Amino acid sequence: MKRLPVLRPRALPRPSVALAWTVLVLLVLAAAFPGLFTGKSPIEIDAATALRGPGPGHWFGTDQLGRDQFARVVHGARPSLLVGLGSIAFAVVAGALYGLASALLGRTADRVLMGINDIVLALPQLLLALLALAILGSGQLNVMVAIALAFLPGYARLVRAEALVVRNSGYVETAVTLGQGPFTRAFRHVLPNALGPLLVLASTGFGMSLISVSALSFLGFGARPPTPEWGVMLSEGRGLLQTAWWLGVFPGAAITLTVVAVTVAGRAAQARFTRRTAG
Amino acid sequence: MKINTRPARHRALRAVAARAAGAVAVLWGAATLAFFALALIPGDPVTIMLGPFTTAPQSIRDQIAADNGLDKPLFERYLAYLGRLAQGDMGESYQLQKSVAAVIGEALGPTVELALAAVVIAIVLAIVSAVLTAGREGRLRGFVTSWELVAVSLPPHWLGILLLTAFSFQLPIFPVVGVGGPSALVLPALTLALPIIGVLAQVLREGLEAALAQPFAVTARARGLSRRQVRVRHALRHAAVPLATLSGWLAGTLLGGAVIVEAVFGRPGLGALALQSATNKDMPVLIGIVLVSALTFVVISALIDAFQLLVDPRVRT
Repeated sequence: MKRLPVLRPRALPRPSVALAWTVLVLLVLAAAFPGLFTGKSPIEIDAATALRGPGPGHWFGTDQLGRDQFARVVHGARPSLLVGLGSIAFAVVAGALYGLASALLGRTADRVLMGINDIVLALPQLLLALLALAILGSGQLNVMVAIALAFLPGYARLVRAEALVVRNSGYVETAVTLGQGPFTRAFRHVLPNALGPLLVLASTGFGMSLISVSALSFLGFGARPPTPEWGVMLSEGRGLLQTAWWLGVFPGAAITLTVVAVTVAGRAAQARFTRRTAG
Repeated sequence: MKINTRPARHRALRAVAARAAGAVAVLWGAATLAFFALALIPGDPVTIMLGPFTTAPQSIRDQIAADNGLDKPLFERYLAYLGRLAQGDMGESYQLQKSVAAVIGEALGPTVELALAAVVIAIVLAIVSAVLTAGREGRLRGFVTSWELVAVSLPPHWLGILLLTAFSFQLPIFPVVGVGGPSALVLPALTLALPIIGVLAQVLREGLEAALAQPFAVTARARGLSRRQVRVRHALRHAAVPLATLSGWLAGTLLGGAVIVEAVFGRPGLGALALQSATNKDMPVLIGIVLVSALTFVVISALIDAFQLLVDPRVRT
């Protein structure tokens, strides 16, 4: 008998995963030591070289103040990555604590906490971030907090679901019998089991948070103009597209490349993780 | 028979009542959240209303506070707020000297137009992409799945800038400002649609593949239908149900995307209004938009449930 072909989820080809990790390593290097990639200053003004197109000397061209765009893109890695990473870390940690509290504090607490969570989950993330920024005011730290608050409910829901599964398992019951307190149970037994799926989700969430950070900077809430930050650079370039297309291209390409690399690496890790737990 | 029909009707009524209660709870929760967000805002609302360069004396400030009910205790203000909200009154804008309902009403049209155009583009392209690639391997599928990865990774503001650069400045096909006429709608709608297509196509393709693996697909082939007919006539209908459950998410994403698209293309609308009110700390307007968005979500979820009852007999229990 001929067997029908079974479609498996496509595994990403290995070279693309290796490429993604290479890009990520280069990005981290650029964020830590921008001097490795460029000797030029990202903020030095030079009227003589204003609005040059990409070419030798200025790979990514210059802006209306003659600032080298390649240097600005390289130096932009640090603020862009830090705020994105900070917001996703904040969202995961706070979401995990919230989800654990909801799962382990009893039925009434669960209803109230998840009720609030679901209402927030029903609202668009960007609108929530704008609401938070209207209250907190603008600035990079506030952008980080605003994005974290918008992303938090999703992680809270996931951790709660995982915790509910583990809560009723044999070893947690044993822990109760052995007289372990709720905190020990939550952090030694329940949390470690929920950690795998949480980190996998966080890796793709990191890509989304990078896009949100850049969007909010573009809209004028994050870093202030002289700072070389990718979203800010796009917002500065928006008005000059007619004469200088390169100002609108390279900072956005940097964000997209980062997000693609993060997503590819994250999905590969996810595939490896599922294989391990399944087999 | 009497014994059998009554509980069934009761159950149906109960399900409807639970659904309505859930909808009201979401709205009430969003309103409460919004009210306390407003109460938490640092700084005095009167100062925000008067602007940063005011020299108004204390007596005028007290008058404004009393006019807006800001001198009453928090809980009393909360109850009054809920009461007004129940009558559809969302308050006055701090800066625009108009009621929030009027301001939002003016902004609604352009955004609905933009969102509908984007949804049509996204659904058509997602269906084409899913029907062509479901259950198949090969170069086309590889290309489509890589494109989907890039599409969800594209920052929408960059996508808008790229489209503007290519089709308004380098090749002057579409107007630079995204207002007026159908040609001005093309680039903004594409910007809003492209990132969504990837998600929709993935869900549709999974639904199609599940449907094609079922016995009825084989039966339809045995009846002499071509592969394409099976896909379009039978499998697509099955795949539409999981797609419909995405509608709530879709509405939220479109509104969030509209904030960015309207900023890039200089279009008026709900997104531009949300951005403007967040920048100016015009809280009543921003909160009004949050409430409208919660209301949209509730209405869409209810419609989707009804749609599923109609389309899928298995849900009718």
